[in-house]
Amino acid sequence: MRVALMVTCINDAMFPDTGKAVVALLRRLGVDVDFPEAQTCCAQPMVNTGYLDEAVPVVRNFVKAFDGYDAIVTPSGSCAGSVRHQHSIVAARSKDPALAEAVAATSPKTYELSEFLVDVLGVEDVGAYFPHRVTYHPTCHSLRMLGVGDRPWRLLQAVRGIKLERLPAAEECCGFGGTFAVKNPDTSVAMGSDKARHVRETGAEILVAGDNSCLMHIGGLLSRQRTGVRTMHLAEILASVEEAS
Amino acid sequence: MTATFVGMPAFPEAAARALGDTQLRQNLAHATATIRAKRANVVAEVDAWEELRLAGAAIKDNMLRRLDENLVQLEESLTAQGAVVHWARDAAEACRIVAEIAKSHHVDEVVKVKSMATQEISLNEALAEEGIAAWETDLAELIVQLGDDLPSHILVPAIHRNRAEIREIFRERMGSVGRPAPEGLSDVPAELAAAARLHLREKFLKAKMAISGANFAIAETGTLVVVESEGNGRMCLTLPEVLVSVVGIEKVLPTWGDLDVFLQLLPRSSTGERMNPYTSMWSGVTPGDGPQEVHVVLLDNGRTNVLADEVGRQALRCIRCSACLNVCPVYERTGGHAYGSVYPGPIGAILNPLLRGVGVDKQIDSLPYASSLCGACYEVCPVRINIPEVLVDLRAQVVDAHRSQAPKAEAVAMKSTAWIFSDSRRLRLAERGSSIAGAVLGKVSRRKLPGGRGAIGRLPWPGSSWSDARDIPRPPAESFRAWWRRDQSKHEGRADDGRA
Repeated sequence: MRVALMVTCINDAMFPDTGKAVVALLRRLGVDVDFPEAQTCCAQPMVNTGYLDEAVPVVRNFVKAFDGYDAIVTPSGSCAGSVRHQHSIVAARSKDPALAEAVAATSPKTYELSEFLVDVLGVEDVGAYFPHRVTYHPTCHSLRMLGVGDRPWRLLQAVRGIKLERLPAAEECCGFGGTFAVKNPDTSVAMGSDKARHVRETGAEILVAGDNSCLMHIGGLLSRQRTGVRTMHLAEILASVEEAS
Repeated sequence: MTATFVGMPAFPEAAARALGDTQLRQNLAHATATIRAKRANVVAEVDAWEELRLAGAAIKDNMLRRLDENLVQLEESLTAQGAVVHWARDAAEACRIVAEIAKSHHVDEVVKVKSMATQEISLNEALAEEGIAAWETDLAELIVQLGDDLPSHILVPAIHRNRAEIREIFRERMGSVGRPAPEGLSDVPAELAAAARLHLREKFLKAKMAISGANFAIAETGTLVVVESEGNGRMCLTLPEVLVSVVGIEKVLPTWGDLDVFLQLLPRSSTGERMNPYTSMWSGVTPGDGPQEVHVVLLDNGRTNVLADEVGRQALRCIRCSACLNVCPVYERTGGHAYGSVYPGPIGAILNPLLRGVGVDKQIDSLPYASSLCGACYEVCPVRINIPEVLVDLRAQVVDAHRSQAPKAEAVAMKSTAWIFSDSRRLRLAERGSSIAGAVLGKVSRRKLPGGRGAIGRLPWPGSSWSDARDIPRPPAESFRAWWRRDQSKHEGRADDGRA
């Protein structure tokens, strides 16, 4: 199986440790993951802000970069959702049947990390060790666009040493929402403040999620409020092993 | 009265104002959480809920596909039952028709059943201009009307008010338009309801004409259906001599049997009840029983434009249950007024732009962006309107409508980002630049995120819209792709890299 890592633009530029964690985790599970260097972004920022024409060359670049792989794995529910549910919209906009065909090939092969681990590799215990008190926020697109369900929670439950705390009102949006965070900053922060409050109610030292974009927003609030609570991507916890920690 | 939203600012500004209203935040958080929980309970009882949703969506879609035929059949059925059918292209036409009926009967006051269609066309204001007083008889609508206020929710238009505020409104305003509130009125809900009951009873008994909307209009039988909780609707629909119903053309259902699905979907999604307390159905005129003159005004007012929108037409399935409002994290915090329309919340964020068109009004154009696209609305919608999908499509319509104009900062930013993202070599350069910027920032700021990573605090505009309340991690010294390249060359340098 030829497996490609779709690291996502935000992880590439801002959270490289998440990408490295996915590589380490997949290698540990016997997957020789490749990183197609031509990749850039899934085009979600353009699509969700209404810039469909601008999204066309980005999606074109995406399908070219990931052509020929059996599976595309990404540490982001939101970006996986964009590839699976929005690339066809962009292809339709381009009126280019070749692009539509290429999208039809790459979209269904794209998996969010927890889906790939549980559904494709068939593992829930990835052999991780992480002796910390952790709460988990299910991000909206992983939950409602992809329907990952409790896969991330099951993966976390199998981690040795971890103390998992249930997050109150977990399924409520954190208020990030891509450009929503800056186009409607007051509402976004109001939503995020409630999420941050719930995180603190759990007493956890670490907030984990499958999307660094949402974590950058909640984490930005937790940091500004001097809560001392840090954020970590699911991949980084799953990649942690006893020797390393 | 000011029951229109003319001159409302765009959503971000209106929302910012609402977010600072402590009482509003408190009232909304409490009320939406209560209705959400009630809905979740009664929906969970129905094993075949998903099948019901699918059936509801399918019935509406089939109806919309043959809307013209269904409407003609509805007109024939209604006429055969003694009702008079009017067609209104827009709000002005609909208001004129209703006012003319009122004037032909020389009435100067009418009682109203809660109706979104009449709110949409600002019928009360139009009638007031003709010297006709229209009294709202739904408790929440009465509170809004007496308080010279605007509705902020589809189902519970006074959701932004608590009982202490309602007591004040009743004490101060009831007397000026009818029977005053009883002496010593407290804010106990039963006492408030009793005060409204006494006040309204006089209106019901005096009124010669009533105005309603309809939840459903059955083409096959010519039957209009009103679903309600308080019995005020039943009073309006049975006591007066003349009844006028303003009905959006998308309210038609082909057959009587279709009600089976919708009378299950609507109350559970809306009030969180298994069955609503009052369901009134009438087919034209019944001699000697109820109103002896029945009019039906079939209203377009932008609905055929919505029907022409391939993605947006699913919004015409809407049965105005407001489940999407109650689960919306944006609505819960900003309330309904911020949306500047009688249709607030997620459905309002798509319905208003669809009905009125984009590219003309800044306020309307801001609505498709009034969402984090979290998808909670789609999950609860009883007729499966994919609101996030329509929002994203409308955003593209808003952007496209402005393409011929001078590009604003956002368009320039999007175009340059897309240019960078179209070629990984450009992205590599941009990332190198961001790493250098991160290193420079690291020299001037010692701020750290919890966990120890360097942070950026406050930025000047436009970065301030993020950084006013949120720290940002400092860009890393090395991007992932730079690390990958370094890691690969390291491995290639060894015969056996020891990888599993």
